[in-house]
Amino acid sequence: MIKIENLHKSFDGKTVLIDITTEFLQGQTNLIIGRSGSGKTVLLKSIVGLIEIDKGNIYYDDRNFTLMKQAERKALRQEMGMVFQGGALFDSLTVEQNVRFPLDMFTNQTAVEKQKRVDYCLDRVNITKDAHKLSPSEISGGMKKRVAIARAIALKPPYLFCDEPNSGLDPETSKVIDDLIKGITTDLNITTIINTHDMNSVMEIGDKILFISDGKAEWEGTKTDILYTNNQKLQDFVFANRQYREIRDERKNPKPD
Amino acid sequence: MNFFFHTGRYFTLLGRVFSRPEKWRIYVRKLFQEIESLGIDSVGIVVIISIFMGGIITLQVAYNLQNPFLPTYLIGLGNRDTLILEFSSTIMGLIMAGKIGSNIASELGSMRVTEQIDSLEIMGVNPASFLILPKIVAVVFMFPFLYILSVFFGLIGGLVVGPAVGAVTATNYIDGIQHTFVPHYVYFSLIKSLFFGFLVATIPAYFGYHVEGGAYEVGSASTRAVVNTNIMILVFDLVLTQLLF
Repeated sequence: MIKIENLHKSFDGKTVLIDITTEFLQGQTNLIIGRSGSGKTVLLKSIVGLIEIDKGNIYYDDRNFTLMKQAERKALRQEMGMVFQGGALFDSLTVEQNVRFPLDMFTNQTAVEKQKRVDYCLDRVNITKDAHKLSPSEISGGMKKRVAIARAIALKPPYLFCDEPNSGLDPETSKVIDDLIKGITTDLNITTIINTHDMNSVMEIGDKILFISDGKAEWEGTKTDILYTNNQKLQDFVFANRQYREIRDERKNPKPD
Repeated sequence: MNFFFHTGRYFTLLGRVFSRPEKWRIYVRKLFQEIESLGIDSVGIVVIISIFMGGIITLQVAYNLQNPFLPTYLIGLGNRDTLILEFSSTIMGLIMAGKIGSNIASELGSMRVTEQIDSLEIMGVNPASFLILPKIVAVVFMFPFLYILSVFFGLIGGLVVGPAVGAVTATNYIDGIQHTFVPHYVYFSLIKSLFFGFLVATIPAYFGYHVEGGAYEVGSASTRAVVNTNIMILVFDLVLTQLLF
């Protein structure tokens, strides 16, 4: 579980996050949603420590990340896996080497053990053997995201973070990525936080949803609650998509049989 | 203000670079890769430039020594000392700032804008140390070798061009390059090359590591890296000449 208390962040006097307090639960896919520029990427990067916060506390289970020294943070980071928007795979390494990288850096496993783990992770994200030796520039955007997920789970981290995992992907590939993340979260019983503005992902895998608007935690709930919300800002965000307006209207006024 | 900001941030970055590596074995492997890509791959350009440089210096010295009272072996001596003292260290340093420096700045800059550096940070790897330290060690290690190579091929260039244009005979040229040899000149330039190697690796690394934005910013960081490295090489050349000569 990851808990955030009264988090504040501003850049050059401009407040980006205001008094965010929330909890992200273990074994669930926790989604941070909001318009572009609402502060969700800053929130995600603050949680993982890529951005230093001005005020507040971030707890990884019972460990206060905010008070940790550099060495302690470094150690905790080995428990984190992160999938970046563009994949952030290392260009100079092959698909296989990318996944093996964290194992090389942080384990004393034998070459055989590492290879076994790499094969398992790549297999888990449906990357076939013939793609193992390719470089990131030779694979598609969807495959890059899947390799990034494989790399993120290589060390079996208890915390998984995904920044816009579906951006730039077609709806079918997006669904594959969503299912993968959901499956991994459930199977490994990890705390997953996904940053997205894709409503399809919200409705598919949103166990817990945090809606950020103008830097504030505007609403929290589940994918079921979201369709019945009275929050005007959230309504504007969710029902900008006609498909969800129709679902809401149909649920409010069911058609007679 | 800007100067102090960059100087402070440069030394802060160096502080992170010179911290204990996570896994020595991987750093050593990376060091050999860097020695190959930054050092060995520069041998070709160093050889070509040095041959031409030596040939041109020989022609210039010969042109300026067109006097029956001056022995022609001075052409070889002039070429040798010019190469040893300045051209093979300073000019080669400036050229390498363009080749190696832009490579380092654009590589790190691209890694920054594609979040590869953030990715290392999240894994618990110190990206500054992991990415930059092997480059510094590789460049500082290779620069003295490139310097010696440059002097050697510069002298060969003079030996080819001097007799070819009839400015000096091969025998007189060889006599000249052996005349009144001062070993201190070589030590002095080897020390300079170590400093230049450090500047060529660290200044571009600083500019590349701190890129913010996209492809355009990577390009401009690369340009700023080369310009600033060149200026610092000349400043250090002046200071070291005053201190060591």
